[in-house]
Amino acid sequence: MKIAVCVKRVPDMDVRFRIGADNVSVDEAGLKFDINDFDAWAVEAALKLKDKDAGSEVTVISLGPDVVQETIRKALSMGADRGIQLKADKAPFDGLAIAKALSAELKTGGYDLIFFGKMSPDSSNGVVGPMSAELLGLPCVTAISSLEIATGRGTAKRELEGAQEIVEFPLPAVLTVDEGLNAARLPSLKGIMAAKKKPLEVKPAQLGEPQVTVRKLELPPERKAGRVVGEGAAAVPELVRLLQTEAKVL
Amino acid sequence: MANVFAFVETRGTDVRKVGLEAVTAARMLAEKSGGGEVHALILGPPGISAKAAQVGQYGADTVVVVEHAGLVNYSPEVATATAADRIKSGGYLAAVFSTSAQGRDLAPRVAARLGVSVVTDVLSFEIEGDTIVVRHPMNIGKVIATIAIAAKPAVIAMRPNVIAPAQNAKAGRVENAQPSIDPATARVKVIETRQGGGGKLDLAEAPVVIAGGRGLKAAENFKLVEDLASAFGNAAVGATRAVTDDGWRPHSDQIGQTGRLVSPELYIAVGISGAVQHLAGMRTSKTIVAVNKDKDAPIFKVADYGIVGDVFEVIPALTAAVREAKKHH
Repeated sequence: MKIAVCVKRVPDMDVRFRIGADNVSVDEAGLKFDINDFDAWAVEAALKLKDKDAGSEVTVISLGPDVVQETIRKALSMGADRGIQLKADKAPFDGLAIAKALSAELKTGGYDLIFFGKMSPDSSNGVVGPMSAELLGLPCVTAISSLEIATGRGTAKRELEGAQEIVEFPLPAVLTVDEGLNAARLPSLKGIMAAKKKPLEVKPAQLGEPQVTVRKLELPPERKAGRVVGEGAAAVPELVRLLQTEAKVL
Repeated sequence: MANVFAFVETRGTDVRKVGLEAVTAARMLAEKSGGGEVHALILGPPGISAKAAQVGQYGADTVVVVEHAGLVNYSPEVATATAADRIKSGGYLAAVFSTSAQGRDLAPRVAARLGVSVVTDVLSFEIEGDTIVVRHPMNIGKVIATIAIAAKPAVIAMRPNVIAPAQNAKAGRVENAQPSIDPATARVKVIETRQGGGGKLDLAEAPVVIAGGRGLKAAENFKLVEDLASAFGNAAVGATRAVTDDGWRPHSDQIGQTGRLVSPELYIAVGISGAVQHLAGMRTSKTIVAVNKDKDAPIFKVADYGIVGDVFEVIPALTAAVREAKKHH
């Protein structure tokens, strides 16, 4: 099988962000970057299929400046076979522009399966996978938490609010990956060494004209400091009183 | 003055609350544009047309109903084709969807088919001239972006619970329509929708959320959380990532950066320390209560009210007190 996985380099979220001088981007100084968690699970899903069918080839694609090569190498060190960087100064917010660039590349690859993470935490929009599928004219199942592939067809599960959907689809198809599908393998030392020699092609990203533009970024207002009502069960009556009279939620 | 399209989400023959929120949001946009019409689209199995009048009550001038035996389950391809055709023919200023599991699936497909971009998880919107400007959380809610949408129509998906469905009766002319493609020919087929835990309120929609963490020590102790939820009567139960990773609760219950985002009226954190990745999923809750035995736990920094204490002692007492309080209402 030929499998593609689209991955994004994202900052670690466990920090206090600062807004950059341009007011429309986050100040990247001091931020740590890694592959988006959902995308790592997407890579794992592809590698699991390759584990079962050694003839499979897994291609990892990332859009952005040269630093995304680190993200691609990470996926290669997990076991993917080759990488493609779609070179752009930065990944824009506009999901359609990104989907256009990715689908232009993906349509030439003859892939049986194309994986995406269901969303990235930085832009938090979650649209590039299904938009790419639509542009490619391929069947698409989003936010899958289980997957079985057999003889040109697949079955996946999606988590809904208080329910699950069982979905059947033919290959080739686009799938976006939710948490719960798997746990991403850690690169081995051997994998890291091997990744350095794997092919990584660089091509210009054919980004379309953006239709949505970030005008301004702001930090949300801080929650006002709360208070500890008391200790142990003895504090329950006072908490209930506050919920009734002050917060008015009971 | 411009018309606005709204997609009304359903499950089986039920209209979902987020669907009514989409209609309400579309009505607000139409009013802001100087008083256009709202055209709502609703798809479902036989029985769904009986729900059309309800959609009119929330501000739809026209309710297009697509009732088909092949739509017992959500069909992404039928919904995409039908919504895109409707939107194309309507010359709309905007098309409003929901940021639900279904809306996250549908809105980007429809937008791509229309050749326009899409912004999901929209917190609020304004109209400036003929541009729609929305607010959208980034970096797990730690940054709020103001985004201008130049595309026509502007396709947006509202975050659940930010706009309360508002009664605003309009004509609600019902128009019956056929799906744009035969459901039998769809390539992707939802063969089953499994309801999880009958009658339970959903996390995104419940006015009260009670969430449990590692402090509960074992899966069976979630009964404490469930008892408190049942005392409220309008509460859903959630969990931290540590708990769902350990298999105490299903992944679908996880509140946090990689899980569900909730913003209820009242959020009660039971035995939750308050890791960043958890706070990302609940920090916009209106009132936050935390019960934890560690007085230095980060959860107390975001909690409006905290009790430092043993959850096994405090939660049963709180459950009894809430039961008592509810009795007097």
